[in-house]
Amino acid sequence: MNWFHFSSPSTFYGLAGRLAPWFFILATALAAWGLYLGLLVAPTDAQQGEVYRVIFIHVPTAWMSMFLYFIMACYCALTLVFNTRLSAMMARAIAPTGAMFTFIALWTGAFWGRPTWGTYWVWDARLTSELVLLFLYFGYMSLANAFEDPRRGDRAAALLALIGVVNLPIIYFSVQWWNTLHQGSSVSFKGTSMHVTMLTGMLVMSASAWMYAIGATLVRVRSVILERERRAQWIRNLPEASA
Amino acid sequence: MSAPAPKRHQASGSFSGGFSWAMARDLRLAWRHPDEAVLTVAFFALVASLFPLGIGAEPQLLARIGPGVIWVGALLAAFLALPGLFAADYADGSLEQMTLSPHPALGWAAGKVAAHWIVSGLPLTLLSPLIGLQYGLSPDTLGVQALSLLIGTPVLSLLGGACAALALGARGGGMLLALLALPLFVPVLIFGAGAAEAQATGLSATPHLSLLGAALIAALVGLPVAVGAAVRIAVD
Amino acid sequence: MTAIWWKSWADFWAMGGQAYFVWMSFGALLVAIVVELLLLRVRRKRALAAIEEERDLEAEN
Repeated sequence: MNWFHFSSPSTFYGLAGRLAPWFFILATALAAWGLYLGLLVAPTDAQQGEVYRVIFIHVPTAWMSMFLYFIMACYCALTLVFNTRLSAMMARAIAPTGAMFTFIALWTGAFWGRPTWGTYWVWDARLTSELVLLFLYFGYMSLANAFEDPRRGDRAAALLALIGVVNLPIIYFSVQWWNTLHQGSSVSFKGTSMHVTMLTGMLVMSASAWMYAIGATLVRVRSVILERERRAQWIRNLPEASA
Repeated sequence: MSAPAPKRHQASGSFSGGFSWAMARDLRLAWRHPDEAVLTVAFFALVASLFPLGIGAEPQLLARIGPGVIWVGALLAAFLALPGLFAADYADGSLEQMTLSPHPALGWAAGKVAAHWIVSGLPLTLLSPLIGLQYGLSPDTLGVQALSLLIGTPVLSLLGGACAALALGARGGGMLLALLALPLFVPVLIFGAGAAEAQATGLSATPHLSLLGAALIAALVGLPVAVGAAVRIAVD
Repeated sequence: MTAIWWKSWADFWAMGGQAYFVWMSFGALLVAIVVELLLLRVRRKRALAAIEEERDLEAEN
């Protein structure tokens, strides 16, 4: 398989269009299974009561907020090193979904924190660094769109995203480095502290979040390609573009 | 501000050559037009005096909020000085000339940031004990405060320098620069203000200062490259 | 693994008295996803409209 074949926007446009629906179908099926396990089957948590069920969306969205930033940063590195067009478009397509997951991770954390900690928000390391991550996504998107020349926006925003990568280990290790209110990871693969249904539900929901993120990114990258290549002949020959 | 062009006969460029040339040049310019440095320091002093007037002047309250207010004030002053780092050189084309010089971008970019720190971060650091006295901080706390600013403000200059270069010629101007730079300043603020705070409350400031020092080392190693790359992106 | 935990639907919606926090969280995610999917649609329509516009402009010239 020749991967370079798909690194051209014109080929990737078609491929993304064919793949995206499958990822949405997978995401929906996994979400249905995960929500069934998490909301209907899983027993209540002895200490926290029913509110712990927020974990089934809080943890997957928090994971995705970091994964998506990491993947975006990888595409940004490709953009800066090889100056490839598609990688910059992919990074632009990932950012809004990443910001959405970051926002939901903060929001669900607040609504989980209120009954368990007694407050919606604390300025501890985990929450603060996650908030910084949200601003990094916003900064990336603003900078990418701040120039007349989109290629300049690609490269400037890519460098910003790479500087922001230092925030990822801070978020991830903040619970261990600083002894703060946010609880440590509930998932440890050596002898998990969780009920097996809870763990399965959480992992299924994470898989669903992955599939959704890929689907949304593929749909968005198609729009980015349409916006950027709108003068190209192959775009004009597309059935959807020729009314 | 017309730039004396880098000497052409120096065929082979070097990091130190570029660094010292750019730093000397920017310091000379700052010496000729000292208003920017003066304004930065004046802004810092003004912001710091707004808080007692706005929140209340009880000595205990002031001693409590002093370290944080001084750090936030210094951070905002350093931020407001950022556009001056590259904007004029970008507008009159001397930044482009620098990218054509034989010296690596890493060198002269670091030199410009160093000069910028000397006219913004360093005066802020030197002024901070005076402001601290107004807040009734103890001599120990004043010392730790100044030390934390001495370590922390170069990190702000490096991070901010990279952001200022990235935002050159962008729509959105100062607001965009705020969105890019301020989130990156957050860890520096936490460790910096934390050091003086710890000292004021009788705890050890060493952990915060070590973390701040580690951040400075990481910034010195990694960020000059980023500033140089950002300038190249802006000029290309 | 497949037994339903709840005794009744009312029980389920009440979430042991913590319904507000649970449903505010799940609801926000639902809203966010719906909004994102709508924005994706809008963006695609706009991009296609821009192509159309450009083609018309060129045809006029």
